[in-house]
Amino acid sequence: MASTETKAPATTAEGDGSGDIAGLEAGLDALESRVVDRQPWLRTAASKAFPPLVAIAIVLALWQLAYHFALKPHYLLPSPVDVGRSLQQKWLEGTLLSFVWTSVSRGALGFLASVVLGTALGLIVAQVKAVRAAIGPILSGLQSLPSVAWVPAAIIWFGLSDATIYTVVLLGAVPSIANGLVAGVDQISPLYLRAGRTIGATGLAGVRHVLLPAALPGYIAGLKQGWAFSWRSLMAAELIVNAPDLGTGLGQLLEQGRELQDMSWVLSAILLILIVGIGIELLIFAPVERRVLRSRGLLVKS
Amino acid sequence: MTTTTLTKQQPATADTGTTVPYAARIDHVSKSFGRTGAQQHVLDDISIDVAPGEFVCLLGASGCGKSTLLNLVAGLDAPSAGAIETPGGRPALMFQEHALFPWLTAGRNIELALRLRGVPRAERREEAERLLELVRLKGAHGKRVHELSGGMRQRVAMARALAQDSQLLLMDEPFAALDAITRDVLHDELTRIWRETNLSVLFVTHNVREAVRLAERVVLLSSRPGKIAREWRVDIPQPRRIEDAAVADLSIEITEQLRGEIRRHGQH
Repeated sequence: MASTETKAPATTAEGDGSGDIAGLEAGLDALESRVVDRQPWLRTAASKAFPPLVAIAIVLALWQLAYHFALKPHYLLPSPVDVGRSLQQKWLEGTLLSFVWTSVSRGALGFLASVVLGTALGLIVAQVKAVRAAIGPILSGLQSLPSVAWVPAAIIWFGLSDATIYTVVLLGAVPSIANGLVAGVDQISPLYLRAGRTIGATGLAGVRHVLLPAALPGYIAGLKQGWAFSWRSLMAAELIVNAPDLGTGLGQLLEQGRELQDMSWVLSAILLILIVGIGIELLIFAPVERRVLRSRGLLVKS
Repeated sequence: MTTTTLTKQQPATADTGTTVPYAARIDHVSKSFGRTGAQQHVLDDISIDVAPGEFVCLLGASGCGKSTLLNLVAGLDAPSAGAIETPGGRPALMFQEHALFPWLTAGRNIELALRLRGVPRAERREEAERLLELVRLKGAHGKRVHELSGGMRQRVAMARALAQDSQLLLMDEPFAALDAITRDVLHDELTRIWRETNLSVLFVTHNVREAVRLAERVVLLSSRPGKIAREWRVDIPQPRRIEDAAVADLSIEITEQLRGEIRRHGQH
Protein backbone atom coordinates (compact mmCIF):
# COMPACT_ATOMS: atom_id res chain seq x y z
CA MET A 1 0.00 0.00 0.00
CA ALA A 2 2.33 2.68 1.22
CA SER A 3 5.18 1.68 -1.00
CA THR A 4 6.04 4.83 -2.88
CA GLU A 5 5.88 7.62 -0.38
CA THR A 6 9.03 6.67 1.47
CA LYS A 7 11.65 7.55 -1.12
CA ALA A 8 13.26 10.17 1.03
CA PRO A 9 16.84 11.05 0.08
CA ALA A 10 18.30 9.00 2.92
CA THR A 11 16.63 5.80 1.78
CA THR A 12 17.69 5.76 -1.82
CA ALA A 13 20.50 3.38 -0.90
CA GLU A 14 17.86 0.82 0.00
CA GLY A 15 16.37 1.09 -3.45
CA ASP A 16 13.64 -1.41 -4.04
CA GLY A 17 14.26 -3.17 -0.75
CA SER A 18 12.06 -0.62 0.95
CA GLY A 19 9.12 -1.53 -1.24
CA ASP A 20 9.63 -5.17 -0.37
CA ILE A 21 9.45 -4.41 3.32
CA ALA A 22 6.26 -2.44 2.85
CA GLY A 23 4.66 -5.35 1.06
CA LEU A 24 5.87 -7.84 3.66
CA GLU A 25 4.63 -5.60 6.41
CA ALA A 26 1.22 -5.16 4.82
CA GLY A 27 1.00 -8.97 4.62
CA LEU A 28 1.95 -9.41 8.27
CA ASP A 29 -0.55 -6.75 9.33
CA ALA A 30 -3.29 -8.45 7.38
CA LEU A 31 -2.44 -11.88 8.78
CA GLU A 32 -2.28 -10.79 12.39
CA SER A 33 -5.13 -8.33 12.62
CA ARG A 34 -8.17 -9.63 14.34
CA VAL A 35 -11.48 -9.05 12.74
CA VAL A 36 -14.03 -8.29 15.42
CA ASP A 37 -17.45 -9.22 14.15
CA ARG A 38 -20.51 -8.20 16.08
CA GLN A 39 -23.76 -10.04 16.03
CA PRO A 40 -26.88 -8.24 14.86
CA TRP A 41 -28.23 -6.12 17.68
CA LEU A 42 -31.68 -7.67 17.68
CA ARG A 43 -30.44 -11.24 17.90
CA THR A 44 -28.08 -10.37 20.78
CA ALA A 45 -30.91 -8.70 22.64
CA ALA A 46 -33.27 -11.60 22.03
CA SER A 47 -30.78 -14.25 23.12
CA LYS A 48 -29.96 -12.24 26.24
CA ALA A 49 -33.55 -11.53 27.19
CA PHE A 50 -34.81 -15.09 26.80
CA PRO A 51 -33.33 -16.82 29.91
CA PRO A 52 -34.44 -14.15 32.41
CA LEU A 53 -37.94 -14.15 30.89
CA VAL A 54 -38.17 -17.91 31.39
CA ALA A 55 -37.01 -17.50 34.99
CA ILE A 56 -39.65 -14.82 35.61
CA ALA A 57 -42.33 -17.04 34.10
CA ILE A 58 -41.33 -19.91 36.41
CA VAL A 59 -41.45 -17.65 39.48
CA LEU A 60 -44.90 -16.37 38.49
CA ALA A 61 -46.13 -19.92 37.93
CA LEU A 62 -44.89 -21.06 41.35
CA TRP A 63 -46.48 -18.00 42.94
CA GLN A 64 -49.78 -18.74 41.20
CA LEU A 65 -49.62 -22.36 42.40
CA ALA A 66 -48.95 -21.24 45.97
CA TYR A 67 -51.95 -18.92 45.69
CA HIS A 68 -54.09 -21.64 44.13
CA PHE A 69 -53.41 -24.11 46.92
CA ALA A 70 -53.76 -21.29 49.48
CA LEU A 71 -50.46 -21.89 51.27
CA LYS A 72 -51.33 -18.69 53.12
CA PRO A 73 -54.69 -16.97 53.36
CA HIS A 74 -55.38 -14.86 50.30
CA TYR A 75 -55.19 -11.57 52.19
CA LEU A 76 -51.60 -12.51 53.15
CA LEU A 77 -50.61 -13.93 49.78
CA PRO A 78 -52.49 -12.33 46.91
CA SER A 79 -52.16 -13.73 43.39
CA PRO A 80 -50.01 -12.15 40.68
CA VAL A 81 -53.24 -11.02 39.06
CA ASP A 82 -54.30 -9.19 42.25
CA VAL A 83 -50.99 -7.36 42.32
CA GLY A 84 -51.37 -6.52 38.64
CA ARG A 85 -54.85 -5.17 39.31
CA SER A 86 -53.58 -3.04 42.15
CA LEU A 87 -50.96 -1.56 39.81
CA GLN A 88 -53.55 -1.04 37.11
CA GLN A 89 -55.82 0.77 39.51
CA LYS A 90 -53.10 3.22 40.51
CA TRP A 91 -52.25 3.67 36.86
CA LEU A 92 -55.87 4.49 36.07
CA GLU A 93 -55.99 6.93 38.98
CA GLY A 94 -53.08 8.63 37.24
CA THR A 95 -50.93 8.63 40.37
CA LEU A 96 -48.54 5.82 39.55
CA LEU A 97 -46.13 7.80 37.39
CA SER A 98 -45.99 10.64 39.89
CA PHE A 99 -44.97 8.20 42.66
CA VAL A 100 -42.25 6.81 40.43
CA TRP A 101 -41.13 10.25 39.33
CA THR A 102 -40.94 11.57 42.90
CA SER A 103 -38.59 8.76 43.85
CA VAL A 104 -36.56 8.69 40.64
CA SER A 105 -35.98 12.44 40.67
CA ARG A 106 -34.90 12.28 44.31
CA GLY A 107 -32.67 9.31 43.54
CA ALA A 108 -31.14 10.99 40.51
CA LEU A 109 -30.49 14.26 42.32
CA GLY A 110 -28.99 12.47 45.31
CA PHE A 111 -26.91 10.29 43.01
CA LEU A 112 -25.55 13.25 41.04
CA ALA A 113 -24.58 15.04 44.24
CA SER A 114 -22.94 11.81 45.40
CA VAL A 115 -20.99 11.58 42.14
CA VAL A 116 -19.57 15.06 42.61
CA LEU A 117 -18.64 14.50 46.26
CA GLY A 118 -17.54 10.88 45.81
CA THR A 119 -15.33 11.68 42.84
CA ALA A 120 -13.56 14.51 44.58
CA LEU A 121 -13.17 12.44 47.73
CA GLY A 122 -11.97 9.39 45.78
CA LEU A 123 -9.35 11.39 43.89
CA ILE A 124 -7.97 12.88 47.07
CA VAL A 125 -7.87 9.52 48.85
CA ALA A 126 -6.25 7.82 45.85
CA GLN A 127 -3.61 10.48 45.32
CA VAL A 128 -2.69 11.80 48.75
CA LYS A 129 -0.94 9.21 50.89
CA ALA A 130 -1.65 10.85 54.23
CA VAL A 131 -5.36 11.18 53.49
CA ARG A 132 -5.55 7.58 52.35
CA ALA A 133 -3.84 6.36 55.51
CA ALA A 134 -6.23 8.45 57.59
CA ILE A 135 -9.65 7.89 56.01
CA GLY A 136 -9.14 5.05 53.49
CA PRO A 137 -10.12 2.29 55.95
CA ILE A 138 -13.03 4.35 57.31
CA LEU A 139 -14.30 4.87 53.79
CA SER A 140 -14.30 1.16 52.99
CA GLY A 141 -15.79 0.43 56.40
CA LEU A 142 -18.65 2.85 55.76
CA GLN A 143 -19.63 0.74 52.77
CA SER A 144 -20.62 -2.10 55.03
CA LEU A 145 -22.73 0.14 57.24
CA PRO A 146 -26.35 -0.12 56.09
CA SER A 147 -27.38 3.43 55.31
CA VAL A 148 -30.76 2.90 57.00
CA ALA A 149 -28.76 3.21 60.22
CA TRP A 150 -28.29 6.89 59.40
CA VAL A 151 -32.04 7.55 59.23
CA PRO A 152 -32.64 8.12 62.97
CA ALA A 153 -29.62 10.40 63.17
CA ALA A 154 -30.72 12.35 60.11
CA ILE A 155 -34.25 12.75 61.48
CA ILE A 156 -32.86 14.16 64.72
CA TRP A 157 -30.73 16.61 62.74
CA PHE A 158 -33.15 17.67 60.04
CA GLY A 159 -36.61 16.48 61.11
CA LEU A 160 -38.98 14.96 58.57
CA SER A 161 -37.65 16.82 55.56
CA ASP A 162 -36.03 16.40 52.16
CA ALA A 163 -32.71 17.20 53.80
CA THR A 164 -33.03 14.02 55.84
CA ILE A 165 -33.70 11.93 52.76
CA TYR A 166 -30.78 13.40 50.84
CA THR A 167 -28.45 13.03 53.81
CA VAL A 168 -29.16 9.31 53.96
CA VAL A 169 -28.73 8.94 50.20
CA LEU A 170 -25.40 10.77 50.23
CA LEU A 171 -24.07 8.79 53.17
CA GLY A 172 -25.02 5.62 51.34
CA ALA A 173 -23.66 6.44 47.89
CA VAL A 174 -20.61 8.64 48.41
CA PRO A 175 -18.40 5.97 50.00
CA SER A 176 -19.02 3.42 47.26
CA ILE A 177 -18.36 5.91 44.47
CA ALA A 178 -15.18 7.09 46.18
CA ASN A 179 -14.08 3.52 46.80
CA GLY A 180 -14.75 2.59 43.18
CA LEU A 181 -12.54 5.42 41.99
CA VAL A 182 -9.80 4.49 44.46
CA ALA A 183 -9.93 0.88 43.27
CA GLY A 184 -9.87 2.05 39.66
CA VAL A 185 -6.81 4.18 40.28
CA ASP A 186 -5.06 1.37 42.15
CA GLN A 187 -5.59 -1.01 39.27
CA ILE A 188 -3.92 1.24 36.70
CA SER A 189 -0.93 -0.48 35.17
CA PRO A 190 2.22 1.43 36.20
CA LEU A 191 3.23 1.17 32.56
CA TYR A 192 0.57 3.71 31.55
CA LEU A 193 1.74 6.13 34.20
CA ARG A 194 5.34 5.78 32.99
CA ALA A 195 4.30 6.15 29.38
CA GLY A 196 2.23 9.18 30.32
CA ARG A 197 5.14 10.83 32.07
CA THR A 198 7.47 10.24 29.14
CA ILE A 199 5.11 11.99 26.74
CA GLY A 200 4.75 14.85 29.18
CA ALA A 201 1.50 14.08 30.96
CA THR A 202 2.50 15.28 34.42
CA GLY A 203 0.55 17.03 37.14
CA LEU A 204 -3.00 17.97 36.18
CA ALA A 205 -2.49 16.92 32.56
CA GLY A 206 -1.48 13.51 33.89
CA VAL A 207 -4.67 13.26 35.95
CA ARG A 208 -6.82 14.33 33.05
CA HIS A 209 -5.22 12.41 30.19
CA VAL A 210 -3.91 9.30 31.90
CA LEU A 211 -5.11 8.76 35.45
CA LEU A 212 -8.85 9.37 34.99
CA PRO A 213 -9.32 7.54 31.67
CA ALA A 214 -7.20 4.64 32.92
CA ALA A 215 -9.29 4.41 36.08
CA LEU A 216 -12.57 4.65 34.18
CA PRO A 217 -13.59 0.96 34.31
CA GLY A 218 -13.23 0.84 38.09
CA TYR A 219 -14.89 4.24 38.38
CA ILE A 220 -17.92 3.10 36.39
CA ALA A 221 -18.20 -0.02 38.53
CA GLY A 222 -18.19 2.34 41.51
CA LEU A 223 -20.88 4.53 39.94
CA LYS A 224 -23.03 1.49 39.30
CA GLN A 225 -22.72 0.41 42.89
CA GLY A 226 -23.21 4.01 43.95
CA TRP A 227 -26.54 4.11 42.12
CA ALA A 228 -27.63 0.85 43.77
CA PHE A 229 -26.73 2.32 47.16
CA SER A 230 -28.51 5.61 46.43
CA TRP A 231 -31.66 3.79 45.43
CA ARG A 232 -31.60 1.50 48.45
CA SER A 233 -30.85 4.36 50.84
CA LEU A 234 -33.60 6.43 49.29
CA MET A 235 -36.16 3.67 49.82
CA ALA A 236 -35.06 3.19 53.42
CA ALA A 237 -35.37 6.92 54.00
CA GLU A 238 -38.75 7.24 52.27
CA LEU A 239 -40.15 4.33 54.26
CA ILE A 240 -39.40 6.05 57.53
CA VAL A 241 -39.53 9.74 56.64
CA ASN A 242 -43.22 10.11 55.95
CA ALA A 243 -44.79 13.54 56.00
CA PRO A 244 -47.69 14.91 53.95
CA ASP A 245 -45.74 17.85 52.55
CA LEU A 246 -42.89 15.65 51.31
CA GLY A 247 -44.86 14.11 48.48
CA THR A 248 -45.32 10.42 47.93
CA GLY A 249 -42.44 8.38 46.60
CA LEU A 250 -42.32 4.62 46.20
CA GLY A 251 -41.09 4.16 49.76
CA GLN A 252 -43.99 6.16 51.14
CA LEU A 253 -46.35 4.22 48.87
CA LEU A 254 -45.02 1.00 50.34
CA GLU A 255 -45.50 2.28 53.89
CA GLN A 256 -49.08 3.37 53.12
CA GLY A 257 -49.81 -0.13 51.85
CA ARG A 258 -48.52 -1.57 55.12
CA GLU A 259 -50.67 0.81 57.16
CA LEU A 260 -53.72 -0.29 55.19
CA GLN A 261 -52.67 -3.95 55.52
CA ASP A 262 -53.16 -4.23 51.74
CA MET A 263 -50.75 -6.95 50.63
CA SER A 264 -51.42 -6.42 46.90
CA TRP A 265 -50.55 -2.76 47.34
CA VAL A 266 -47.37 -3.63 49.27
CA LEU A 267 -46.24 -6.19 46.71
CA SER A 268 -46.94 -3.87 43.79
CA ALA A 269 -44.86 -1.14 45.47
CA ILE A 270 -41.99 -3.60 46.01
CA LEU A 271 -42.28 -4.63 42.38
CA LEU A 272 -42.10 -1.02 41.22
CA ILE A 273 -39.03 -0.33 43.36
CA LEU A 274 -37.33 -3.39 41.89
CA ILE A 275 -38.27 -2.52 38.32
CA VAL A 276 -37.03 1.06 38.56
CA GLY A 277 -33.74 -0.04 40.13
CA ILE A 278 -33.11 -2.73 37.55
CA GLY A 279 -34.36 -0.55 34.70
CA ILE A 280 -31.96 2.28 35.41
CA GLU A 281 -29.10 -0.15 35.80
CA LEU A 282 -29.92 -1.85 32.49
CA LEU A 283 -30.77 1.28 30.52
CA ILE A 284 -28.01 3.57 31.72
CA PHE A 285 -25.14 1.85 33.47
CA ALA A 286 -24.89 -1.44 31.62
CA PRO A 287 -24.58 0.14 28.14
CA VAL A 288 -22.02 2.70 29.32
CA GLU A 289 -19.96 0.02 31.02
CA ARG A 290 -20.15 -2.31 28.03
CA ARG A 291 -19.14 0.46 25.69
CA VAL A 292 -16.11 1.40 27.75
CA LEU A 293 -14.97 -2.19 28.15
CA ARG A 294 -15.52 -3.06 24.51
CA SER A 295 -13.61 -0.06 23.23
CA ARG A 296 -10.65 -1.20 25.32
CA GLY A 297 -10.85 -4.79 24.17
CA LEU A 298 -11.74 -5.90 27.70
CA LEU A 299 -15.09 -7.44 26.83
CA VAL A 300 -14.34 -11.03 25.88
CA LYS A 301 -16.87 -12.60 23.58
CA SER A 302 -17.62 -16.11 24.64
CA MET B 1 13.62 18.65 2.66
CA THR B 2 10.34 18.73 0.80
CA THR B 3 10.53 15.14 -0.29
CA THR B 4 10.86 13.76 3.16
CA THR B 5 7.80 13.34 5.25
CA LEU B 6 9.35 14.95 8.28
CA THR B 7 9.11 18.51 9.52
CA LYS B 8 11.93 18.03 12.00
CA GLN B 9 14.38 19.04 13.21
CA GLN B 10 16.67 21.66 14.46
CA PRO B 11 20.17 20.49 15.29
CA ALA B 12 20.71 19.77 18.95
CA THR B 13 21.29 23.23 20.24
CA ALA B 14 21.36 24.53 23.73
CA ASP B 15 19.58 27.76 24.62
CA THR B 16 22.70 29.73 23.77
CA GLY B 17 22.39 28.62 20.17
CA THR B 18 25.73 26.84 20.06
CA THR B 19 25.72 23.34 18.66
CA VAL B 20 26.20 20.67 21.29
CA PRO B 21 28.33 17.72 20.18
CA TYR B 22 26.08 15.12 21.77
CA ALA B 23 22.43 14.19 21.96
CA ALA B 24 22.93 12.59 25.34
CA ARG B 25 25.83 12.67 27.73
CA ILE B 26 25.98 10.09 30.48
CA ASP B 27 28.75 11.35 32.70
CA HIS B 28 30.21 9.05 35.37
CA VAL B 29 26.79 7.88 36.38
CA SER B 30 26.27 5.47 39.28
CA LYS B 31 23.01 4.25 40.70
CA SER B 32 22.24 2.24 43.79
CA PHE B 33 18.95 1.26 45.34
CA GLY B 34 17.99 0.51 48.91
CA ARG B 35 18.92 1.88 52.28
CA THR B 36 22.47 2.71 53.25
CA GLY B 37 24.04 -0.41 54.63
CA ALA B 38 21.97 -2.78 52.47
CA GLN B 39 22.64 -0.97 49.23
CA GLN B 40 22.57 -2.61 45.88
CA HIS B 41 24.85 -1.07 43.28
CA VAL B 42 23.15 -1.33 39.94
CA LEU B 43 25.26 0.99 37.81
CA ASP B 44 28.88 1.84 38.41
CA ASP B 45 30.58 4.83 36.82
CA ILE B 46 29.04 4.71 33.37
CA SER B 47 30.07 7.28 30.79
CA ILE B 48 28.59 7.27 27.31
CA ASP B 49 28.17 10.09 24.81
CA VAL B 50 25.57 9.62 22.12
CA ALA B 51 26.42 11.84 19.14
CA PRO B 52 23.61 13.62 17.26
CA GLY B 53 22.20 11.17 14.78
CA GLU B 54 24.07 8.25 16.28
CA PHE B 55 22.57 4.81 16.92
CA VAL B 56 23.99 3.21 20.06
CA CYS B 57 23.02 -0.17 21.44
CA LEU B 58 23.45 -0.98 25.12
CA LEU B 59 23.98 -4.69 25.41
CA GLY B 60 24.10 -6.81 28.51
CA ALA B 61 22.86 -9.87 30.36
CA SER B 62 20.15 -9.55 32.97
CA GLY B 63 21.19 -7.58 36.01
CA CYS B 64 23.41 -5.21 34.09
CA GLY B 65 21.07 -2.32 34.83
CA LYS B 66 20.47 -1.37 31.23
CA SER B 67 16.81 -0.57 31.79
CA THR B 68 17.72 1.38 34.91
CA LEU B 69 20.18 3.40 32.87
CA LEU B 70 17.51 4.13 30.28
CA ASN B 71 15.11 5.28 32.99
CA LEU B 72 17.79 7.66 34.24
CA VAL B 73 18.32 9.10 30.78
CA ALA B 74 14.56 9.42 30.36
CA GLY B 75 14.43 11.39 33.59
CA LEU B 76 12.09 8.94 35.27
CA ASP B 77 14.66 8.43 38.02
CA ALA B 78 17.69 10.32 39.31
CA PRO B 79 21.28 8.99 39.37
CA SER B 80 22.97 8.46 42.73
CA ALA B 81 26.15 10.03 41.37
CA GLY B 82 27.21 11.62 38.13
CA ALA B 83 25.18 13.63 35.66
CA ILE B 84 23.04 13.10 32.60
CA GLU B 85 22.48 15.75 29.98
CA THR B 86 20.01 15.60 27.12
CA PRO B 87 20.30 18.96 25.38
CA GLY B 88 17.47 18.17 22.94
CA GLY B 89 14.86 18.22 25.70
CA ARG B 90 12.93 15.34 27.20
CA PRO B 91 13.81 12.15 25.34
CA ALA B 92 11.16 9.92 23.81
CA LEU B 93 10.93 6.45 25.29
CA MET B 94 9.66 3.16 23.91
CA PHE B 95 9.09 0.12 26.07
CA GLN B 96 9.01 -3.61 25.50
CA GLU B 97 5.25 -3.39 25.94
CA HIS B 98 3.64 -0.96 23.53
CA ALA B 99 2.22 1.09 26.45
CA LEU B 100 -0.38 2.63 24.16
CA PHE B 101 -3.47 3.89 25.96
CA PRO B 102 -6.33 1.47 25.28
CA TRP B 103 -8.96 4.16 25.81
CA LEU B 104 -7.74 6.02 22.75
CA THR B 105 -7.53 5.01 19.12
CA ALA B 106 -4.12 4.57 17.50
CA GLY B 107 -4.34 8.05 16.01
CA ARG B 108 -5.54 9.65 19.24
CA ASN B 109 -2.61 8.16 21.11
CA ILE B 110 -0.32 10.03 18.77
CA GLU B 111 -2.42 13.18 18.95
CA LEU B 112 -2.20 13.14 22.75
CA ALA B 113 1.59 13.22 22.54
CA LEU B 114 1.32 16.08 20.04
CA ARG B 115 -1.10 17.94 22.28
CA LEU B 116 1.15 17.59 25.31
CA ARG B 117 3.99 18.89 23.16
CA GLY B 118 1.91 21.98 22.44
CA VAL B 119 0.93 21.34 18.83
CA PRO B 120 -2.20 23.38 18.04
CA ARG B 121 -5.40 21.39 17.68
CA ALA B 122 -5.83 22.20 13.99
CA GLU B 123 -2.52 20.58 13.09
CA ARG B 124 -2.70 17.47 15.23
CA ARG B 125 -4.82 15.31 13.02
CA GLU B 126 -2.70 15.91 9.96
CA GLU B 127 0.53 15.42 11.88
CA ALA B 128 -0.76 12.16 13.34
CA GLU B 129 -1.68 10.90 9.87
CA ARG B 130 1.78 11.83 8.67
CA LEU B 131 3.45 9.93 11.50
CA LEU B 132 1.23 6.90 10.89
CA GLU B 133 2.24 7.00 7.27
CA LEU B 134 5.87 7.14 8.33
CA VAL B 135 5.48 3.85 10.20
CA ARG B 136 3.42 2.52 7.26
CA LEU B 137 0.11 2.41 9.07
CA LYS B 138 -1.80 4.73 6.83
CA GLY B 139 -5.49 4.36 7.56
CA ALA B 140 -5.01 2.99 11.08
CA HIS B 141 -5.95 6.28 12.76
CA GLY B 142 -9.33 5.08 13.97
CA LYS B 143 -8.22 1.58 14.98
CA ARG B 144 -8.44 0.59 18.61
CA VAL B 145 -5.24 -0.69 20.19
CA HIS B 146 -6.63 -4.18 20.75
CA GLU B 147 -7.51 -4.45 17.08
CA LEU B 148 -3.85 -4.15 16.08
CA SER B 149 -1.24 -6.90 15.92
CA GLY B 150 1.83 -6.80 18.14
CA GLY B 151 3.99 -5.41 15.36
CA MET B 152 1.44 -2.74 14.46
CA ARG B 153 1.16 -1.69 18.09
CA GLN B 154 4.91 -1.21 18.34
CA ARG B 155 4.84 0.86 15.17
CA VAL B 156 2.08 3.06 16.60
CA ALA B 157 4.17 3.33 19.77
CA MET B 158 7.08 4.38 17.60
CA ALA B 159 4.92 7.01 15.90
CA ARG B 160 3.84 8.27 19.31
CA ALA B 161 7.48 8.48 20.40
CA LEU B 162 8.31 10.38 17.21
CA ALA B 163 5.39 12.72 17.90
CA GLN B 164 7.34 14.08 20.84
CA ASP B 165 9.74 15.56 18.33
CA SER B 166 12.64 14.77 20.61
CA GLN B 167 16.24 14.61 19.40
CA LEU B 168 16.76 11.39 21.27
CA LEU B 169 14.80 8.17 21.13
CA LEU B 170 15.32 5.71 23.97
CA MET B 171 14.23 2.15 23.29
CA ASP B 172 13.96 -0.47 26.02
CA GLU B 173 13.96 -3.87 24.28
CA PRO B 174 11.07 -2.69 22.12
CA PHE B 175 10.97 -5.78 19.92
CA ALA B 176 11.67 -8.48 22.52
CA ALA B 177 8.07 -9.64 22.72
CA LEU B 178 7.57 -9.95 18.96
CA ASP B 179 7.91 -13.02 16.80
CA ALA B 180 11.06 -13.35 14.68
CA ILE B 181 9.52 -12.39 11.34
CA THR B 182 7.86 -9.27 12.71
CA ARG B 183 10.98 -8.30 14.61
CA ASP B 184 13.04 -8.59 11.46
CA VAL B 185 10.67 -6.30 9.58
CA LEU B 186 10.67 -3.78 12.42
CA HIS B 187 14.48 -3.74 12.39
CA ASP B 188 14.29 -2.66 8.77
CA GLU B 189 11.67 -0.05 9.60
CA LEU B 190 13.60 1.34 12.53
CA THR B 191 16.75 1.63 10.41
CA ARG B 192 14.78 3.39 7.68
CA ILE B 193 13.11 5.81 10.08
CA TRP B 194 16.33 6.52 11.91
CA ARG B 195 18.06 7.41 8.66
CA GLU B 196 15.19 9.57 7.49
CA THR B 197 14.84 11.50 10.72
CA ASN B 198 18.37 12.13 12.01
CA LEU B 199 17.31 10.86 15.39
CA SER B 200 19.82 9.75 17.95
CA VAL B 201 18.86 6.35 19.28
CA LEU B 202 19.88 4.67 22.50
CA PHE B 203 18.63 1.11 22.21
CA VAL B 204 18.77 -1.42 25.02
CA THR B 205 18.77 -5.13 24.26
CA HIS B 206 20.12 -8.47 25.38
CA ASN B 207 20.07 -9.76 21.83
CA VAL B 208 23.59 -9.53 20.37
CA ARG B 209 22.52 -9.98 16.76
CA GLU B 210 19.88 -7.33 17.10
CA ALA B 211 22.49 -4.93 18.47
CA VAL B 212 24.88 -5.60 15.60
CA ARG B 213 22.06 -5.46 13.05
CA LEU B 214 20.98 -1.99 14.19
CA ALA B 215 23.74 -0.04 15.84
CA GLU B 216 26.66 2.09 14.80
CA ARG B 217 28.17 1.46 18.18
CA VAL B 218 27.59 -1.40 20.61
CA VAL B 219 28.34 -0.88 24.29
CA LEU B 220 28.63 -4.05 26.34
CA LEU B 221 27.76 -3.75 30.01
CA SER B 222 28.92 -6.21 32.63
CA SER B 223 26.48 -7.20 35.33
CA ARG B 224 26.10 -6.45 39.02
CA PRO B 225 26.99 -3.71 39.04
CA GLY B 226 26.56 -2.57 35.45
CA LYS B 227 29.85 -1.27 34.15
CA ILE B 228 31.08 -0.68 30.63
CA ALA B 229 32.99 -3.80 29.65
CA ARG B 230 33.80 -2.99 26.04
CA GLU B 231 32.68 -1.03 23.02
CA TRP B 232 32.55 -1.89 19.36
CA ARG B 233 32.11 0.34 16.37
CA VAL B 234 29.98 -1.39 13.76
CA ASP B 235 31.15 -0.32 10.31
CA ILE B 236 29.02 -2.72 8.31
CA PRO B 237 27.07 -0.56 5.82
CA GLN B 238 23.28 -0.19 6.20
CA PRO B 239 20.91 -1.63 5.22
CA ARG B 240 22.14 -4.74 6.96
CA ARG B 241 20.39 -7.99 7.38
CA ILE B 242 20.51 -10.06 10.50
CA GLU B 243 21.77 -13.01 8.40
CA ASP B 244 24.73 -11.09 6.91
CA ALA B 245 28.06 -12.81 7.41
CA ALA B 246 29.64 -9.61 8.72
CA VAL B 247 26.82 -9.25 11.26
CA ALA B 248 27.27 -12.87 12.29
CA ASP B 249 31.07 -12.54 12.66
CA LEU B 250 30.88 -9.53 14.92
CA SER B 251 27.99 -11.10 16.85
CA ILE B 252 30.13 -14.16 17.58
CA GLU B 253 32.93 -11.98 18.86
CA ILE B 254 30.63 -9.95 21.08
CA THR B 255 28.80 -13.05 22.30
CA GLU B 256 32.12 -14.58 23.40
CA GLN B 257 32.88 -11.51 25.44
CA LEU B 258 29.35 -11.43 26.87
CA ARG B 259 29.62 -15.08 27.90
CA GLY B 260 32.95 -14.32 29.55
CA GLU B 261 31.25 -11.57 31.56
CA ILE B 262 28.46 -13.91 32.60
CA ARG B 263 30.91 -16.70 33.56
CA ARG B 264 32.71 -14.42 36.00
CA HIS B 265 29.54 -14.36 38.09
CA GLY B 266 29.55 -18.14 38.48
CA GLN B 267 33.07 -18.18 39.87
CA HIS B 268 32.43 -16.43 43.14
